[in-house]
Amino acid sequence: MDTEKLVDLLKEVIVDHECILTDNADLHSYSYDASFGVHVPDVVIMAKSTIEVSNIIKLANEHEIPVYPRGQGTSLSGGPLPVKGGIVLDLSKWKDKLVIDPGDMVAVVSPGVLTAQINNAALEHGLIYPPDPSSSHVSTIGGNLAENSGGPRGLKYGVTKDYVIGLEVVTPEGEIIRTGGRTVKNVTGYDLTKLIVGSEGTLGVITEATLRLFPKPQATQTLMVLFEDVVVAGKAITNILSSGILPSKMEIMDQASIIAVEDYQPMGLPTDVDALVLIELDGHLAAIKDELKQVIEVCKSVGSREINVAQTKQEEAELWKARKLVSPAIVRVKPTKISEDATVPRSQIPEMFKRLQQIKAKYQVDLVVFGHVGDGNLHPNIIADKRDHEEMRSVEKAVEEIFRAAIELGGTLSGEHGIGTLKAPFMEMELGEVGLEMMKRIKRSWDPNNILNPGKIFPEPGQRLVLTDD
Amino acid sequence: MTNAKLAYEETFDCVQCGYCLPACPTYVTMKTETHSPRGRINLVKVAAEGKLSLSELEDPINMCLGCRACEVVCPTNVQYGKILESAKAVLLEEKKKGMSKRARLFQAFFFDTMLPNKKMLKAAGVGVAAYQKSGLETIARKTKLLNTLPEKLQSFEKVLPDAEGLSKRKKRKTYYPAKNEPVFNIGFFTGCVMDTMFSSINTKSIELLQQAGCDVTVIKEQTCCGALQNHSGELDKTRELAKRNIKAFEQYDFDFVVNSIGGCGAMLVEYDHLFHGDSEWEERARRFSKKNVDISVILNQLSLPYKKAVNEVVTYQPSCHMSNVQKTVREPVNLIKSIPGIHLVELPQKDMCCGSAGIYNVIHYEKSMEILDEKMKSVKKITPKVIVTTNPGCHLQMKLGVEREGLTNEIRVVHLVELLAEACGMG
Ligand SMILES: Cc1cc2nc3c(=O)[nH]c(=O)nc-3n(C[C@H](O)[C@H](O)[C@H](O)COP(=O)(O)OP(=O)(O)OC[C@H]3O[C@@H](n4cnc5c(N)ncnc54)[C@H](O)[C@@H]3O)c2cc1C
Ligand code: SF4
Ligand code: SF4
Repeated sequence: MDTEKLVDLLKEVIVDHECILTDNADLHSYSYDASFGVHVPDVVIMAKSTIEVSNIIKLANEHEIPVYPRGQGTSLSGGPLPVKGGIVLDLSKWKDKLVIDPGDMVAVVSPGVLTAQINNAALEHGLIYPPDPSSSHVSTIGGNLAENSGGPRGLKYGVTKDYVIGLEVVTPEGEIIRTGGRTVKNVTGYDLTKLIVGSEGTLGVITEATLRLFPKPQATQTLMVLFEDVVVAGKAITNILSSGILPSKMEIMDQASIIAVEDYQPMGLPTDVDALVLIELDGHLAAIKDELKQVIEVCKSVGSREINVAQTKQEEAELWKARKLVSPAIVRVKPTKISEDATVPRSQIPEMFKRLQQIKAKYQVDLVVFGHVGDGNLHPNIIADKRDHEEMRSVEKAVEEIFRAAIELGGTLSGEHGIGTLKAPFMEMELGEVGLEMMKRIKRSWDPNNILNPGKIFPEPGQRLVLTDD
Repeated sequence: MTNAKLAYEETFDCVQCGYCLPACPTYVTMKTETHSPRGRINLVKVAAEGKLSLSELEDPINMCLGCRACEVVCPTNVQYGKILESAKAVLLEEKKKGMSKRARLFQAFFFDTMLPNKKMLKAAGVGVAAYQKSGLETIARKTKLLNTLPEKLQSFEKVLPDAEGLSKRKKRKTYYPAKNEPVFNIGFFTGCVMDTMFSSINTKSIELLQQAGCDVTVIKEQTCCGALQNHSGELDKTRELAKRNIKAFEQYDFDFVVNSIGGCGAMLVEYDHLFHGDSEWEERARRFSKKNVDISVILNQLSLPYKKAVNEVVTYQPSCHMSNVQKTVREPVNLIKSIPGIHLVELPQKDMCCGSAGIYNVIHYEKSMEILDEKMKSVKKITPKVIVTTNPGCHLQMKLGVEREGLTNEIRVVHLVELLAEACGMG
């Protein structure tokens, strides 16, 4: 169908015609996300109600027009890219509902509400919304749900899926359904809520979510531990966790990332160590005092080089600053950042580190490693320049090998960023032919005309990893 | 083929993470990615690649406030200012090609002659009014250069301050000695619009500096900072003015060059950016830029002879150009807090631009008022008695905001210098 006709049809179901964008400048502005690839859609619609979404999807389903749900476009895997043209359904402007119910300890939210706003609103009632992707101040809850996002606190508190208890969803045929409810316990039938969470916008458009909240921990305590050998760091982490202590965060930075930070904003970090681990304990003040003692003992007994305990809130912030600076520090050398999130079982962290160093040497790529070490969710980041096509080929090969290494070690392609377009070619490697086929069957039965976010998760014939925009 | 004049390479520094979105006032009010920093950077990139025409680029670029809040939050240090300026310059060049000779003359007259010429500004009566009316309105009407003619220009009239009498301004001397043992030797930068419209603020600034222990000199050879020209894409004119100022101040041995205008200060500290590739001038500009500071930076290092308490609830609306470009953030706050009796309440979302942005509020009146309305929502949350600003543009805009909310009798808007002068018992 030509765009003009499509717009005429859309105008019949959308009240505010200003929410339909067709200018060239607008279309180009919804052609990207935070990953790779540029795909210009035919129309952008900023949706603001369930009925509207339902009508748009019905129309698209009838005419077999692809629809691409989009939050704030911070996906690192190509999730919202309109790879087959059609409609970009922008849900980021739909943020009218943000209700905290302190009695039931739940939040009920519209899909465009920013994740950090939910946590801030919860804090006013002494509660928190624990999932904390580092993009939480810019990403929408809809995007977080679709990608099942997680963050540092995932180690202790879990990820997005652990906090969703109910959803309102528009199916790929335009029907409105509700899954789950307001109770933590619910075993009535298949768990469709969990099926939708992490489905990357391929099985339904999330139009409302009911989220579980948690009491705010009374206090936190941060410490930084330096290791001369990453294997020793790995041992320390395992020993801490097996001693019965569950820190709220455990983040690692490798030598290359420490050097990058020191070059960028010197903060006195030693650049001759192999790894730096930041640990945050949270809970009752007396309890964390005791846990702190144990953590220090464990680290010392395995042979840490130095331990630095934050004495004040300000010192705590200083320590975390090092971790925050990694991203800006590494892109100073070259502008393109390929953030991977291959995840391995905790026991394999030292081995994964070793493999990553080998890959770095083999392909001569600028690779730094940091991430959520407590749950094995490493972030190997490669720094390159996407204008340099030759370099990007090496990077593509290195990334493929990172995926292979993670799977060989019993891990997974993606801990939190999703599959999207980027990792689709590797799905079979992890899931096997039948595993992937079962997923395809689910997709086919939910979306018989393949109109919702087509071209994602499942590889197209012959598709391979591409890390350039053209 | 890429358009060589657009800052194409710089756009690659953007990793499209979206961190700048919540910080951008036009993204908040206009609600589309097209009017966000990430969107604008991408559009400049695709325009440079020839996938978007310059006329399609125009609206998103014109709607940008140039407040540069996006730069401060950017984790990869994208040089947004540079990208924006390149786009403005290319768009202006394109415009001029299609402009009648008459229209070009008007544009030239306004930026080349009227702004840098104090006599002319003064002769026009009230400076800002002159520049808003005889300047912009004429250009707008005769040339349709500016896409929207401000229908409600009279709304500004109500908030324009009473200009200091011409005779008082005329009497400005060149040398003002410190009241006690001099600590710093200072060259004072007056600014063109500021020195006509808000000249009493300059007068008070000089007096405060004297009180705090500075020898102050107002050199006659200085000229307009070039910010308005720069924001309109008139790069050659900006360079010319910059050279004149650099040359003028090089003749003296000042410890600092001080101004009390957030917007001009931002231009002055970035003069070196104008001469990229011309190493001699770049170096001279850098030396000059380093000496330029906002008055709050100096006063914050010295002590002021406070004479009376200001027992009021005040809030501070930082100037974007002062925070985001000059990176002067703590000093004004410290100064306000140092005033006896004062009760400073932080303005929620203080880092959002008020929508004044140079002459944005005149050219894009409606869009600017939407941004101002957002700002006033924050003001109403804390109901202060006084709003402190550090830039004439913000000053007028906040006054307009107060006026629009019908709060003129409840809230007064002052320049930081006025508040300090009041506490020091100056007339
Ligand atoms: C600097 C940076 C840091 C990051 N850090 C983390 C991190 O620590 N942890 C982490 O997990 N991720 C992280 N991410 C990735 C990204 O922020 C998350 O995947 C986030 O959840 C995406 O949200 P969004 O609103 O931007 O959605 P988008 O990117 O717009 O969309 C993401 C996916 O969700 C779908 N979608 C969006 N809204 C809906 C809806 N209402 N219904 C159905 N489908 C929908 C889209 O189709 C797409 O497939 C980071 C990204 C960046 C750029
Ligand atoms: S914050 Fe910086 S890198 Fe991120 S999208 Fe904005 S300009 Fe680009
Ligand atoms: S300069 Fe201000 S208005 Fe322009 S893109 Fe940046 S934040 Fe938005």
